Amino acid sequence: MTHVLDPGTLAAGTRPGPGPGTAFDDVTRSDAALRAFLHGLPGVDQVGAEQRAATLGTRSIKTTAKAWAIDTAISMVDLTTLEGADTPGKVRSLAAKARRPDPTDPTAPAVAAVCVYGDLAGVAREALAGTGVHVAAVATAFPSGRASREVKLADVRDAVGNGADEIDMVIDRGAFLAGRYLEVFEEVVAVKEACGGAHLKVILETGELVTYDNARRASWLAMLAGADFVKTSTGKISPAATLPVCLVMLEAVRDFRAATGRQVGVKPAGGIRTTKDAIKHLVLVNETVGADWLSPDRFRLGASSLLNDLLLQRQKLRTGHYSGPDHVSVD
Amino acid sequence: MSDRLAVRKTFKLYLGGAFPRSESGRTYAVTDARGAFLANAAWASRKDARDAVVAARGAFAKWSGATAYNRGQVLYRVAEVMEGRHAQFCEEVAAGEGLSAGRARAVVDAAVDRWVWYAGWTDKLASVLGSANPVAGPFFGFSTPEPTGVVAVLAPQRSSLLGLVSVLAPVLAGGNTAVVVTSRERPLPAVTLGEVLATSDVPGGVVNLLTGDAGEIGPWLAEHDDVDAVDLTGAPPAQAMELERLAAGSIKRVLRPPAEEPDWSADPGLSRMTPFLETKTVWHPKGV
Amino acid sequence: MTSPLFEYAPAPESRSIVDVAPSYGLFVDGEFVDGSGDTLKTVNPATEEVLSEVAVGTEADVDRAVRAARRAFTRVWGPMRPADRGKYLFRIARILQERAREFAVLESLDNGKPIRESRDVDVPLAAAHFFHHAGWADKLGYAGLGPDPRPHGVAGQVIPWNFPLLMLAWKVAPALATGNTVVLKPAETTPLTALLFAQVCQQADLPPGVVNIVTGAGETGRAVVEHADVDKVAFTGSTEVGRSIARAVAGTRKVLTLELGGKAANIVFDDAPIDQAVEGIVRGIFFNQGHVCCAGSRLLVQESVHDEVIASLQRRIGTLRVGDPLDKNTDVGAINSAEQLARIRELSEIGEAEGAHRWQPACDLPDRGFWFPPTVFTDVSPAHRIARDEVFGPVLSVLTFRTPDEAVAKADNSTYGLSAGIWTEKGSRILAIADRLRAGVVWANTFNQFDPTSPFGGYKQSGYGREGGRQGLAAYLKGASH
Repeated sequence: MTHVLDPGTLAAGTRPGPGPGTAFDDVTRSDAALRAFLHGLPGVDQVGAEQRAATLGTRSIKTTAKAWAIDTAISMVDLTTLEGADTPGKVRSLAAKARRPDPTDPTAPAVAAVCVYGDLAGVAREALAGTGVHVAAVATAFPSGRASREVKLADVRDAVGNGADEIDMVIDRGAFLAGRYLEVFEEVVAVKEACGGAHLKVILETGELVTYDNARRASWLAMLAGADFVKTSTGKISPAATLPVCLVMLEAVRDFRAATGRQVGVKPAGGIRTTKDAIKHLVLVNETVGADWLSPDRFRLGASSLLNDLLLQRQKLRTGHYSGPDHVSVD
Repeated sequence: MSDRLAVRKTFKLYLGGAFPRSESGRTYAVTDARGAFLANAAWASRKDARDAVVAARGAFAKWSGATAYNRGQVLYRVAEVMEGRHAQFCEEVAAGEGLSAGRARAVVDAAVDRWVWYAGWTDKLASVLGSANPVAGPFFGFSTPEPTGVVAVLAPQRSSLLGLVSVLAPVLAGGNTAVVVTSRERPLPAVTLGEVLATSDVPGGVVNLLTGDAGEIGPWLAEHDDVDAVDLTGAPPAQAMELERLAAGSIKRVLRPPAEEPDWSADPGLSRMTPFLETKTVWHPKGV
Repeated sequence: MTSPLFEYAPAPESRSIVDVAPSYGLFVDGEFVDGSGDTLKTVNPATEEVLSEVAVGTEADVDRAVRAARRAFTRVWGPMRPADRGKYLFRIARILQERAREFAVLESLDNGKPIRESRDVDVPLAAAHFFHHAGWADKLGYAGLGPDPRPHGVAGQVIPWNFPLLMLAWKVAPALATGNTVVLKPAETTPLTALLFAQVCQQADLPPGVVNIVTGAGETGRAVVEHADVDKVAFTGSTEVGRSIARAVAGTRKVLTLELGGKAANIVFDDAPIDQAVEGIVRGIFFNQGHVCCAGSRLLVQESVHDEVIASLQRRIGTLRVGDPLDKNTDVGAINSAEQLARIRELSEIGEAEGAHRWQPACDLPDRGFWFPPTVFTDVSPAHRIARDEVFGPVLSVLTFRTPDEAVAKADNSTYGLSAGIWTEKGSRILAIADRLRAGVVWANTFNQFDPTSPFGGYKQSGYGREGGRQGLAAYLKGASH
């Protein structure tokens, strides 16, 4: 593939990047242009970004606000299992939990999606038919991304064919860190094309990119290439989602919308285990990009154990007393 | 004894690197310790003081911005050039202060050595007075001494050379520029010092020497909004409090006069430099 | 889902932890005593509710306090083993930490500042200041201030209302560590945490007379400064009062340090980390309602990024939560007094009259109490009064520059010289600009950071002397200027 802004792709309705006629047409014409653009983005001061995130982390969310936040967080969860030991049975039980997280309380909202490996997407699709809960599959040689372009694209097509309507791809961090930005960009474009109608979440694996400058650049690269979401992490690398990295990515989607009009979602994933963590992320969204992102269409929380903590806290708010692990289901 | 008629020197002000007469056109007779006429000196006016402050302010950026090594060399050069005029200084000090030739020589020796001492300080002040600040957070913080700015110095009335050098050199070592009102009765060594300064790489305006009366010019300098600090060492004792009150108007740093003029041969330590140094603290985050 | 908006429910910090007495006397010689004069009411600026009545110290009261301080200096504190002086300060630091929440709530009640700041900044820093200086008490010979540095004796200290407890700590900790005793006059509108600190001194068994607290207004402060037996005067407050204090001590043997006003330039270059710069601008001017002498009240932004920075800044200011200081989510609290509010209003009106453009976010302010919304003036010229006068409120003046030289020239074009900010990703530029700014504290890519190890104080008419660090000790030791 030589160039990404290929009219065929546009005709298919999966426009890569902001499209022709915008100021960003030129920046992906060559490796040099893309590098110049990404390196021309404002830098991120680590201490300042961390200080801002920490300050927002001290927000005190109580009573009605907390109830709203818990339900909102539940509705944003991408309930995830990504183990070598995953089985159809495990995925089916997760799907059941996804559609009705609290068997004792039908008012608890369903989660946003179930996230599995591509080979199990069909099982999830079947279990979730008619529920509105999305099926997300990781692809592109997740989690390392170390495979040929053909294998990655086949992985995507396979997952979509199995019924995934959301694809969580990983970028080639090796290429990114080696400065081969156009190669990473073109791969995202190709994956987006292979997704067809499925939504594309681009995992940056910020724990391997290390710096916030890289997180911002990779976010822009992914958005220019047509990502519907930018996602922090695979969950297989530590650190995974952190508040400051999520802050930097939220700033990127905010600025991208201001520049292009296109609204891209954000998904922190990995390491968000408690209601407190989830609420901190919602506060971050609320005060960085505002209400437009406070919906499962624009913000997701990639997690597994988080859901049970949200449910326990939800029960506490409803009943007024504390609950325990036997009062939520083991998945 | 030669029968040649001596060529006498005209003693003028040293201002902005030049040697003008007082704009007022006034002079006053300077006598030796026994009352015999020595010369007419310029009687500096408030307008001369005003011009001197302008010159000192103009010279501040370059002098304070020079490297400490460079300032040290310039001050050492003052000592070198002074050494070459040793005999002239001895003669003037002996006459003005009524000292024996031996005493005068000792005073001039000490004055030269004082320049050498302060010349060596310029590039040590930051190490001795500065700090790296171990703040409780991800920041690199350091503090360094910086010059206060334009310092008005009322030089000692008795010690016309060693005293003058002892109050002037520390002001310069820290990177300040100076407007000095010399000893009223004994101004001649100061003018000769001006000639030394003019020929020893001290940029014009860094030192401005006004011969005349500290009591008359002092209030103008103490009240001048573009003067940052005053050294009241040579102020008339009865006026010192009023000068300090005037200096309060623009929050000047004030070095109060000693109860009595001290023995200038004593080791001055840091005591005459630190009053004219500010501490600047800089913070920067440490991140990747 | 109840609402598409994330509305934070009120999250008030409970005020039940503080026990405010209906009236307070003076703290002299280790105990609370009645004043011999009038009283004044201290109010909660967020509600105008009267919190308590405190004594207005008279000359006689001040004299009693100074005599107690002198006695304590001569008989107890001066002769005490330095290590023991240090232990008392460590005790005080620990008690401040133990009672941190109480101090934070009381500070927010009396001052109007958000509990988030009193809890996370004022009180922890005050405790840190005592902890840091405690360690100095028996190490003064190593401070580079001479082999045997000696205290002055009795220190008379007058502090402002913007950081009542923290400014107390900045004054009292170094004075005690160096062996001086103290007569402290808190600000007229914020005496309560100083009086609570008096109880801390009692709990620490600090010997009577070492710390004396005399409440009151300007006349009480004057009596402290002018008392003949005070050896050392330290003042933080306005440049105008600083001038009168400098005049008052002229011709005396008293040594003086002054920490006065400011009009700091916060310089944003086009290569700045913009999001953090915007945070820094907000932190610079809206921290503590802008009641900060080192506030970044003049934003100097490079013309090429002016529109982008202002747009980001306005969006960010729109998220500031103004209101109840005791709500844990409040970012901007109440203006400290009706008098200060009137001054902020007056200068803002002058700003508009002079042709600057005023912008304020949509912002519901409480009906009672003293409030002023976060305010940004654009199109400000260096000649405007809002570019020159210290507003001491949440009012930012925006000016532009084109080149680094112009930035420095405009930044230094002030009679003040307390602090400055620089925002750029270019390290060499930071160092070059920091060198040229005539300001005592330069924050590069950050703003309004404080630490007990870090000397703080101004150039020019922002005062003289330093507080904090090794350099700060000099103010309290004989013959040591640095």
